[in-house]
Amino acid sequence: MAATLPLPGTVEEFLDQSERRELLRFTTAGSVDDGKSTLIGRLLYDSKGVYEDQLAAVKNSRVNRSTGPIDFSLLTDGLKAEREQGITIDVAYRYFSTARRKFIIADTPGHEQYTRNMATGASTASLAVILIDARKGVLPQSRRHAYISWLLGIPRVVLAINKMDLVAFREDVFRHIAAEFDLFAADLDFKEIYRIPISALEGDNVVGRSGRTPWYQGPSLLEYLETTPVDSGLNTEELRFPVQHVIRPDLDFRGFAGQIASGTLRRGSPVMALPSGRTSRVKSIATYDGDLDQAFAPMSVTVCLEDEVDISRGDLLVDPERMPHVARRVNATLVWMHSAALTPGKQYLLKHTTRTVSATVTAILHKVDVNTLEPVPAGGLDLNEIGVVEIETKLPLHFDPYRRNRATGNFILIDGLSNLTVAAGMILERSREKQVAEGSETFLGDVEFDTTRVTPEERRARSGHRAVTIWLTARKEMAWLLERRLFERGCLVHALADDVESRLMPELARMMNAAGLIVICSVAYDDPREQARALAMIGGERFLAVAASGLAAQDREAVEQICRMLQARGVLSGRMLSGGEGI
Amino acid sequence: MYSLTHLRALEAESIHILREVAAEFQRPVMLYSIGKDSSVMVRLAQKAFHPGKIPFPLMHVDTTYKFNEMIEFRDQFARSIGVQLLVWTNHQAIADGASPFRIGTQKCCGFLKTRALLDGLTHYGFDAAFGGARRDEEKSRAKERIYSFRDQFGQWDPKNQRPELWNLYNCRVDKGESIRVFPLSNWTELDVWHYIHLEHIPVVPLYLAKERDMVIRGGALIPLEHDIPLLPGEKAQRVMCRMRSLGCTYCTGAIRSEADTVPKIIEELIGFRRSERENRVIDHDEEGSMETKKREGYF
Repeated sequence: MAATLPLPGTVEEFLDQSERRELLRFTTAGSVDDGKSTLIGRLLYDSKGVYEDQLAAVKNSRVNRSTGPIDFSLLTDGLKAEREQGITIDVAYRYFSTARRKFIIADTPGHEQYTRNMATGASTASLAVILIDARKGVLPQSRRHAYISWLLGIPRVVLAINKMDLVAFREDVFRHIAAEFDLFAADLDFKEIYRIPISALEGDNVVGRSGRTPWYQGPSLLEYLETTPVDSGLNTEELRFPVQHVIRPDLDFRGFAGQIASGTLRRGSPVMALPSGRTSRVKSIATYDGDLDQAFAPMSVTVCLEDEVDISRGDLLVDPERMPHVARRVNATLVWMHSAALTPGKQYLLKHTTRTVSATVTAILHKVDVNTLEPVPAGGLDLNEIGVVEIETKLPLHFDPYRRNRATGNFILIDGLSNLTVAAGMILERSREKQVAEGSETFLGDVEFDTTRVTPEERRARSGHRAVTIWLTARKEMAWLLERRLFERGCLVHALADDVESRLMPELARMMNAAGLIVICSVAYDDPREQARALAMIGGERFLAVAASGLAAQDREAVEQICRMLQARGVLSGRMLSGGEGI
Repeated sequence: MYSLTHLRALEAESIHILREVAAEFQRPVMLYSIGKDSSVMVRLAQKAFHPGKIPFPLMHVDTTYKFNEMIEFRDQFARSIGVQLLVWTNHQAIADGASPFRIGTQKCCGFLKTRALLDGLTHYGFDAAFGGARRDEEKSRAKERIYSFRDQFGQWDPKNQRPELWNLYNCRVDKGESIRVFPLSNWTELDVWHYIHLEHIPVVPLYLAKERDMVIRGGALIPLEHDIPLLPGEKAQRVMCRMRSLGCTYCTGAIRSEADTVPKIIEELIGFRRSERENRVIDHDEEGSMETKKREGYF
């Protein structure tokens, strides 16, 4: 067996190569007795990831469930209880390195009742190794593992068809299992499914290539792990920076500390803070090792902005050109992780990025039969069940669908009384029922032609202006004046003032925006919370805040200023204001 | 395409954890053991809150059986980085005669480390405590969460841990309960030394090889400090050696080594593979002994 050199010979070579060494996190999953622990034990052993004394302890152990001299599985079975029962009962993390990569294995139990551990291990992994016993073929548990890997967004799967020594290394057995798996996985859009025939016990195709599978031309498992792209599921396009902590050592420095969830931060580039919707530019990216010109996910940095913007933990910095979704009702897939079943209507705490908000599961749309992937009607979710639900949060979430961005599409649910983590969630989209009322998410310039529904773009083409909400902190007379001025210019406009309860304003404004109207919300005094709520509900691309509370009620010049601003922001076309007085 | 090296990826993850804890808990503390892992953890904390100061104190549980060099290093180090250092000792147990020679190492550890730690945490009302433990150290640690929940008696229940997904950590505890937080969970011993090398992090000189007065007992090299009584037939000898991990003098065996610089230590690690806890007498007291200790509240 041609063993690859695990680590370079000299320290100089090591330090040199380490500059380029990457990190690959993968999960291993398998059913009971399919040799998963043996496989990991062998990977660790052959890559010198096992310490001599630990190996000696295993050699001297009273237990040896294998037929060989070393029971590799004992290297990884950590807790007393599972050593006694011979099953792995919790996610265990293992580490080994080769010259090319450092690996973190999330070793998850195959036992049926521990689906939650499988999801836990998969949540941070970019690759899944699914073990299949060549004698047994694809089992319901193999299917479950593939499904959960896919659900948690793992892009790549290695099908390690094990115990080939027990089927005389027959190619037809291998092909049959691979085809059977493909049939099942056709519904799951993995980037890659790679199949390797192995014998974990005897070492075939684990580290080195085996002479006993001449019909297999591909790499050994370790070779594959060393060379496959590290695809962590990070979204590299859209900046998302959840603020963890504000660092303010003195009056001169005010930095927002966090780990970049996706995209890139550059000095000088514009950012928008959510939920406030305030924009600024990146003044500096501070680190202990000096300021950076740019930083990317998953780096942990501290961002300073050019303007004094009120930002605190839980806020999200984004690229204003590429906004996340904003909604209080979302559809999400839940993996239920607690013995007390999910109760619709009960309040839970939902932790999403660096924010924790109250949330209620308002409806269970269906649960998923993980063996057939078929939706099944459900009234609740029990431990280890997976279902699609509608969730309503007290405050709006700023999110991306999980398939688009793992970091801003995931959340956990916590029971406020027991403090336990009861579910893991992956956001699918905004809740469908709401989507109609909220209007299409179509951004300007991003037209989706729809033959049945009238699009915002069509409305704009007719009215000649964008549908926005002007949040006007001023006396209501000014709102009436602005409404009159815009109306005279041919705009579809409506002002809301004390004729409407203020808490209803955002919802009404959103609906009228959806109908193509410019809405003026006249509020008497500055209330940042209320404004933030409105912004979140209406969406940053449609929201303009104007503070004019210090001005006289009939200040015509102020109104003209607002009109010019609307023109500058591209809300009104030039035609609508030309010839107007006082401009 | 942007990518980070494995050490920078680990660093970013650890800094994220440190900041989450500082933001979400009322009274966090960092348990500082003076060892190499603690040194790395402190550097990560400096990075996490730069240019601000580390926003929580360090606490050292001093059994009074530590090496003198460790204590000197501790005091000098804390002064140099301007962090608040708390030292906690179970004086009552020591007054009552707790020592490894009289009550055995396991019991001694129970009183001077586990009990002292729990008392210290309770005394100050800390609700989160950082520890430098890594999952690669010992088998029972492979299943430890990054946020490890402890009940009001400081105990760990391996079968009842909270699931931990993505980088979303559940910080909720009731009064009296606490979370032990392990920001170095995904680091290996090699990663730690490599990072110390890259970052020029100061470590206690005991890690570096030099000639020291030792006694050989049960195959282990035990340093002659704190008046360890010699058994019949034993005699002191000068041995070129270093400590692979640091604990109390009596429980920390040395290894024969010529590695007197950090790169040489790394070279030694690449070349030979003995787990660093091997020389810790306490782990081997009985099968699964670390797991038993942890259930009781040991770090």
